[in-house]
Parts: sequence; C-alpha cells; structure tokens
Amino acid sequence: MTMTRRGALKVLGAAAGAAAVTTAEARTPKPSGPDDLGLLFDATRCVGCRACSIACRDANGLAPDVAMIGGAPYDAPADLNGSTLSVIRQWSTESETGYLKAQCMHCADPACSSVCMMGALHKGKRGVVQYDVDRCVGCRNCQIACPFNVPKFQWASASPKIIKCELCRHRWDQGKGPACAEVCPRGAVVSGSRPELLAEAKRRLAAKPAAYQGGIYGETQGGGTACLYLSPVGFAPFGLPALGNEPAPALVETVQHAIYQGAFAPMVLFGTFAIVAWKNRHAVTAAEENDS
Amino acid sequence: MPHPEVAEPSAVTRRDFVKICTAAAASVGMPAWAGEKMAENVAKGKKPSVIWLHFQECTGCTESLLRSSAPDLGELILDLISLDYHETLAAAAGYQFEAVLEKTMKENAGKYVLIVEGSIPLKDDGIYCYVGGHKAIDTVRRVAEKAAAVIAIGSCASWGGIPSSSPNPTGAVGVAQALPGKTVVTLPGCPANPYNLLGTVLQFATFGTLPALDDKGRPKFAYARVIHDDCPRRAHFDNGRFAQAFGDAGHREGWCLYKLGCKGPQTHANCSLLHFCEVPGAWPIGIGHPCIGCTEQGIAFTVPIHQNMPIDRPTAPMAYPNVGGGKGEVGAIAAGLGGLVVGAAAGASYVASRKLNVQVKRAEGEEKKP
Repeated sequence: MTMTRRGALKVLGAAAGAAAVTTAEARTPKPSGPDDLGLLFDATRCVGCRACSIACRDANGLAPDVAMIGGAPYDAPADLNGSTLSVIRQWSTESETGYLKAQCMHCADPACSSVCMMGALHKGKRGVVQYDVDRCVGCRNCQIACPFNVPKFQWASASPKIIKCELCRHRWDQGKGPACAEVCPRGAVVSGSRPELLAEAKRRLAAKPAAYQGGIYGETQGGGTACLYLSPVGFAPFGLPALGNEPAPALVETVQHAIYQGAFAPMVLFGTFAIVAWKNRHAVTAAEENDS
Repeated sequence: MPHPEVAEPSAVTRRDFVKICTAAAASVGMPAWAGEKMAENVAKGKKPSVIWLHFQECTGCTESLLRSSAPDLGELILDLISLDYHETLAAAAGYQFEAVLEKTMKENAGKYVLIVEGSIPLKDDGIYCYVGGHKAIDTVRRVAEKAAAVIAIGSCASWGGIPSSSPNPTGAVGVAQALPGKTVVTLPGCPANPYNLLGTVLQFATFGTLPALDDKGRPKFAYARVIHDDCPRRAHFDNGRFAQAFGDAGHREGWCLYKLGCKGPQTHANCSLLHFCEVPGAWPIGIGHPCIGCTEQGIAFTVPIHQNMPIDRPTAPMAYPNVGGGKGEVGAIAAGLGGLVVGAAAGASYVASRKLNVQVKRAEGEEKKP
C-alpha cells in the first residue's frame, strides 16, 4: 500500500478528530491476546553460539555488519542496529557470566506504536508489533519511546527505514515461525503463543526452582510483553529496565488526551495567539495612521 | 610363471566382488545396499563404458585418480566400469588405439560416459590442440553427441583452468562452454579429488542417475559448501588467531592461514573433509599452505596466491556486545541545566526582539525626518 499525500492528511485529520472527542477517562492498558506470538528466552540454557543471530540474518535478508578484528572481517554488530534484528549480548555478575538474546519484546501495549503519529508501527496479526514503511515519516519518536531501545534507524541508507524484529511474519505463509527459535540447539529460545510460553516458563520454574531467580520477565513488566525471559541471576544484570506493571502509553495517553479533550486546550492556546496577533496588528496600523 | 592376478582374473569370488563394490560405495558416501546393487548390475553386464579424453591439461587429475585405493584403479577400470579409451592408461597406441574409440562409440552409442580432462581451445578455429589428427573441439563435440553423461574433471575442463588464465592465448574454455545446451557435470579442482569423480561415476553406474548439481554443474554433495565451513583450523579463525608469516610461532602452532592469503572462505570444495591420496592431512591447508582456490573460476590462477581476499559471509567473533541496550536516565542536574539553557534562550530571544523592534522604529523615524 502506498501512502498518498491525501491519505496522510486523512490519517492526521482522523487522529485530530478522535482526540477532540475523546473523553477524559483514563486510557486503559491494552491486554495481550490469547494467540499473540512470542519468544521465551531461557538464560540458563543459552551457550552464546549465535546460531539465532545468523539464522535471523538469513531469514530476513540482512547484510552482515562487518568489523575488522585482528586483520580479518567478522560479522560483529555492537548491538541491535540498522542491519541487526537480533543480537546475543554478554552479561556478568561477580560470580557468573552468560548470554542474553535481545530483539523486539512485542509489548502488549507498545510505546513505539503509541508515539507513532502515522501508525507506521502498529500491532498486527498475532500481536506482532510491525512496521509499514509507507506510513513512516522518519521522526524516530519510536526510538525515543521504546523502553528496550529496540527500533533502529538505517542511518547509512539514503532511503532509511526503521528496523526491528517482526517475528519472521513473512515466513508464516510457509508454515514457519521465527527463524531464531527454529535453529536454537539448546531450546534456549522457543517460539509459541504467549499463553503457551507462560505455561512453559512456569513449568521450568516449578521443575527447577533453585535454577531461576526473579520469576518471568515480561509477564507483567511494562504491561506485559510477548517475549519472556528466564534468568538464573534476576534481571538487573541483564540490563532489562525495571518497569512497572502499567504500560507507558496508558499514562502518557491519559495525560495527553486530557489536555486535548474537546480540543479545549488548543483552542485556548491558539485563541490567545490570535488575540495577541490581532492586537499587535491593530497597534501597528494605528501607529502608521498617526505617522501619515 | 605369469603373475597370478593377471593369469586368473576370474579368481575373484562373488563374495570378494560384492565386498569391493560395497567398499567403493562406502568410500563415496553411498549405502551398503548400493554396493550390492552395483555388483548385480556388473553381473548383468551393465558396466558403463567410459571414454576419457585429454586436451589442454597436465594429466594431474588422472595421476590423482591412480592414487585412490578404495576401489583401487585396477578394480575400478576392470571390475566396476569399463574404461575403454584413456590415452594415459592405454596399452595400445596409434591407429590401433584410435580405432578403439570409434568401436566403443559405435557399440555403446547413447550409453557410454564421457569424461573430459583439460580445456578446449576455441581461438583461431581451435587449431591449438590436435589429438590423432582431429581438433579438440571437433572430437569433444563428436563424442559428446552420443554420450549418456558428460563429466568434466579438473578445473581446466570445468571452466578453462590454467590454459584460460590471462592472456589466454589459445582461447581455452571449459567443456560446458564448448558444448552449449548439454548437461555437463563439472568437478573443478587442481587436481580434482578422485573420490568426487568416483562418487559421480559409481552413482551413474549403480542407479543410472547423476547427482544433484548447482548452477555451475558441480555436484552438491562435494561443492555445496566452502573450504572455510569445514576447515580444521576454523577454531583459530573464530578466535582471531592468525599466522602472520610463514614459519612464525602462530604458523608452527597451526593457526588460521587467512592472513597469508587463504582463499578457503571463497572456495567451494570438500577438500577440508576429504583429503588427497588417502593420507590424513594431505591437502594444502593440512600441510600449512593457504588454499589457493583451485576450484573457483576467477580466483585460481587469477588472484595472486598470497593475496588476502574479503570474506563473503563473515562470522561472529568471540566477543559479545555488553548488556545495557536500554537508555540512560536523565539526572536531576542534567534536567535543571537543560531547563536553564531553554529559559536563557527564551529570555534572550525576547530581549533581542524588543531591541530589534526599537531599532526598526528608530530607523523608520529617521527615514521620515528629512
């Protein structure tokens, strides 16, 4: 679908109209769906082989991020970036070290989508937070909004896009799920519907309670994410933010919709501007008449 | 008294023969029952007739085949296939030998396998290679016409090899270019690994089929992956341990040869899994020399042997990015400073606009005075 100028104006007009008629009630957090696709990452199982990162590149047709190390080229992305949807990071505590897979968390109520003025980032089928390049204006608000620092911009490209994991939705037609989960040799990353993954995570926690700490990250954090994490050391060493149970858009949209409710605040603001401008213009005209 | 093996070729029992076939099948990755089927085919008189032609080459591929031992050459050319025409191995010579070629082609028309070793010159109407009074291009076209399968062994026959290196004075090309429209199995290599030929020929002898080929006519069982994928020194590459010069400490430790110009990352072949001459480690990287990319057109005999080449598909290093992909917090002091900057800018612009207004009015007043 190509976005025309007319279409874009329609979107903005509809958004403004919706804002004008919204009531001041608090915006309720959006729940996750029963069929939402997600990933379960178990840090006690990951060995850091990076099969997932390589399979991700193959499945999504992304070029390697080449860095020269000791005179030889390696595919060594420093983090998620314009050509990397999934990366293995290393965490360490005083006594232990291990690996962490990072990719889009597919929040139930995503902040990136809430701030996206054109709806380029939106919740698609099976709860996937997906990107529509035809609607993107390149404002990169999504990059600022995401609590996990996931959406990445293709700075090196002349026609840049926002790059993020979409759980290999282009492979669903072939009956395939996310490529990373398909190739993991240790079952450290598995894909499935969110309720299935939660059940599996709880089963693992119950089977080996001593092996895990901190419960399931993503069950409630930030309003719940479709990608869940299990950890042997809690989640502070993982660099995952300590989010509350309330999704960010619930608060932000409540405040913003209150301000713009009935278009009252904008009318007051722009009305004041209009009066000031009119008075100034009147004063200038009067001064000119006096001079002549 | 003559040598017993020569005097009594029928001394091979059925059991021995099935063993030979099974060993041959196993050596090229076919199951044991394929060996039995091979033996049955031979018993039924279905040994494939093979014609082997030599053109612009060094006979290195034949030499390499002579050194295979499972099956050994005798078993191969006498028991498993019927090698009817091969210029290096023939006992006959001259007109007598050329007559064998004609006879074989006539008797096995549409059934024989043609194996070509060496490139074919096309420049100046192909006058640069004559065998038995015939141009190479004429012979290969004539023999290929009635062949059931055409196999090009070695880089010369596959894509031109050394004779086709710049400036290519004879206009040398591979068999596939000389026979447009014909399916040619290419087995590049300098020399080609004999087991890749045996695998192809024995599959044809047993099942009457050819292996799955890639877009360059190379059997996927041997050429689907690059040397680098299965290199025994790969762990050194992944850990960034490179020999910097021949004979240095790293080279003696058996470190990765990439910086010495190894073409393993670009070269499609199975040398790293299947060594030569059945001696473990007998292949270039095994003896401490970088791969020269002998199977790969555009690399072998073109790119200097010790020139380092970029890697098509780089792999991950042994270092990982740190956690902390999240963003930093905005501190109170930073927020206060930011507020100050914004406030100062707003105040300054207000003052500046006032001054500008006064200046404009003053200028207007001065203009009106005279």
